[in-house]
Amino acid sequence: MPQSLLPWFLVIQRLGIALLTLIIVSFAVFFATELLPGDVAEILLGQAATPEAVAGLRSAMGLDEPAFSRFIGWLVGLAGGDLGTSYVNNTEVVDLLSGRLSNSLRLAGVTTLVSVPVALSLGIGAAMWRGSLFDRVVTVLTISVISVPEFMVATLAVLIFAVWLDWLPALSYGVDTSSLGAMLKAYAMPVITLSFVISAQMIRMTRAAVIETINTPYVEMALLKGASRKRMVLVHALPNALGPIANAVALSLSYLVGGVIIVETIFNYPGVAKLMVDAVSTRDLPLIQSCAMIFCVSYLLLITLADLIAILSNPRLRR
Amino acid sequence: MTDPLVTVEKLRIGATTDSGRKVEIIKGVDFEIAPGEIVSLIGESGSGKTTIALSLMGHTRPGCEIEGGTIRIGASEMTALSNRGRAALRGTEVSYVPQSAAAAFNPSKRIMDQVIEIAAIHDLMPRAEAEKKAVELFRALALPEADSIGQRYPHQVSGGQLQRLSAAMALIGDPKLVIFDEPTTALDVTTQIEVLRAFKSVMRAGGISGVYVSHDLAVVAQIADRIIVLKGGEIQEVGGAEQILHAPRNAYTKQLLAAFEPVPHQPQAQPAQSAKPKPVLEVFDLCAGYGTIRNGEPTAKILKDVSFKIERGRNLGVIGESGSGKSTLARAVAGILPAYRGGVMVDGMEMKPDLKDRSKAELRRMQMVFQLADTALNPAHSIGAILARPLTFYEGLRGKAREARVTELLDMVHLPTSLRHRLPGELSGGQKQRVNLARALAASPELILCDEITSALDTVVAAAILELLKELQSELGLSYMFISHDLSTVEAICDDVLVMYKGEVVEALPAATMSSKATHPYSRLLISSVPQLDTGWLAGLEQDPELVAQFANR
Repeated sequence: MPQSLLPWFLVIQRLGIALLTLIIVSFAVFFATELLPGDVAEILLGQAATPEAVAGLRSAMGLDEPAFSRFIGWLVGLAGGDLGTSYVNNTEVVDLLSGRLSNSLRLAGVTTLVSVPVALSLGIGAAMWRGSLFDRVVTVLTISVISVPEFMVATLAVLIFAVWLDWLPALSYGVDTSSLGAMLKAYAMPVITLSFVISAQMIRMTRAAVIETINTPYVEMALLKGASRKRMVLVHALPNALGPIANAVALSLSYLVGGVIIVETIFNYPGVAKLMVDAVSTRDLPLIQSCAMIFCVSYLLLITLADLIAILSNPRLRR
Repeated sequence: MTDPLVTVEKLRIGATTDSGRKVEIIKGVDFEIAPGEIVSLIGESGSGKTTIALSLMGHTRPGCEIEGGTIRIGASEMTALSNRGRAALRGTEVSYVPQSAAAAFNPSKRIMDQVIEIAAIHDLMPRAEAEKKAVELFRALALPEADSIGQRYPHQVSGGQLQRLSAAMALIGDPKLVIFDEPTTALDVTTQIEVLRAFKSVMRAGGISGVYVSHDLAVVAQIADRIIVLKGGEIQEVGGAEQILHAPRNAYTKQLLAAFEPVPHQPQAQPAQSAKPKPVLEVFDLCAGYGTIRNGEPTAKILKDVSFKIERGRNLGVIGESGSGKSTLARAVAGILPAYRGGVMVDGMEMKPDLKDRSKAELRRMQMVFQLADTALNPAHSIGAILARPLTFYEGLRGKAREARVTELLDMVHLPTSLRHRLPGELSGGQKQRVNLARALAASPELILCDEITSALDTVVAAAILELLKELQSELGLSYMFISHDLSTVEAICDDVLVMYKGEVVEALPAATMSSKATHPYSRLLISSVPQLDTGWLAGLEQDPELVAQFANR
């Protein structure tokens, strides 16, 4: 294979692996939800239902077909964009999800825009002035933030900013978001809480990755060429730490789609995570499966993106 | 006499160990360097030679600190300057050529950007001018494709080329002093010659002063005007290169020189035996390689039809440069890397290619000692535990009997019994290599495969290990397969020699007549490339350029 094609081969290989993972996960999601206790038809019809009525509903819903053929049907539907119909209120899952997903993505997007630049600068700064007061303050703060559970951060934020100071609305959804200022106000508290949660890990990983490259001979060489500390870190160390940093960022961000249930609950924010929890309590299988697949896809997207950055930032593979 | 360019007075450098203890590693050193003079700092590891060299740039490695004395370079006093002031001198007044250019080049940046970085940092000249100057330096350093080599990434050029590129990087800012930190230690001998020549000619042409740090007296003899011999952070002797080599005054210098003297190997007396004994190791048509296996052959074939024999009680040396396949040969014989064709016979019995398929009794006969004792010994196990494991595995020893045998093994390699409770990290390099050897002896082998076991050691320590190998051989009737890139080590211990080149044996001959009787052109090139303890050796060396082009990895 020509040398110049190698990185693209690796990229395609990586994408192939992502696709394969997705299929395996869909299998796991489908059969895990099959294992949930209780029968949908019985639940829907209530305790007074006759066995005939239950059987009729089961066959009408296609539940009496073998699990594997239902899985294939579901997978084919997924590939064509058909997520199925909700058992509970007979609406298309797509319709249920689309609004919630865009809410979740908007919150995730704003949080990413706020937290990633801050976390990276703090991490790189802490590595650059390693052992300084700044480094120690950042390290202590990140460790304290990691150790404080997010419901605590969220509750404290509500207490301080909404109850005592009355600066921000306690609920984020349904309030006025017509102007930029109002929107910032509405999002401020969930974004602050989520940023706290995901930044700490990014700061620590960035600091560790940069420090590791600072200890290499080529960075010492840069020092002996008369380079300033800033140049050593930003020009020589950082490009070689991109791979691990991208992975740390991707792992932290993947939390924003599926793992934010507590924040969504406290701020009464209608996102996907909350939708999934509601779906579990009503045994709405198609909805649960779709939510799980969305979490998986977003996670895979982020991780694959990080891997692609790592592959393409390495000149040994790039050329 | 002109004023010296560099004056170092009463330099003291201290270090703080991991446990917080303070130690003095440079204990009051004074020397001067005249303009245009190349001074060499020589000594074993831990002598402080690199620490002194780096301090000339106002730099100390983490944990070290200049505690006293003055370093004056030209008009500036390094020791009195702020960090910013020191940075301003680096690259313009003093510059640095690292030990391993492969590690000192940033893997993610093009070579040209790194070579002219000094000009960019100190704002010396516009980029186009700096690039032009870099290309001129590439030509002066005899680099191929001088116009385009800068556009490549570090992994796309050879080790010898990178080392010369790092010299170009050091010279771009017209420094008055260049510090060479063991710049040829990581190179093959045939490559080393070209690099040394290139360094010498650019330094002479520019009238630049140099500090050349090395542990290798023969290399230093070719390039230095004056030699400073260091030990334990103190100067032992200072003198002209000729005087140090031929009329050393200090006892330590004499010891260093003595370790260099080749000690010809005395073959073991062969015990009279009625029938011709079977060779302890016989290898025929051995082929091995790496990568995925297709049609029973790996994609990257390394060894090609290697055949040889080691008679009982005799030693075979395997020499060759990096990439010649000598370590792969040891791995294939040991079964770590299963050969895909050919065979290995120990004592007339054919061995399975894969280590996993060999029986305990078969494994016992042949043991391997690895180059780096640091990585071969588990840092979390005590020496006693490291030696006890093979005893239990091979002989089922336990309790008192095992302990007695551990003591015996330590005694065999001349280590005190008290070391039993220590961890490998608490031992010196030579001691660790002795433990490594004792572990192989624990299996009571007939043949020991030694893979570059003295390469990472200081000359004096390595000489002692060779002595030990000889002693063990006469006591236990061992045979060694001794892999090395160092010809004099092989001469000191081996009866026969295989010369390897690109996975093939190009010549097999007796070690004693290796220098005089080698006939294959590559063997001759390799032998003639080994530096001699003679200041005129490099200047007088003539090698057939065609031969060099054909075989050297330049």
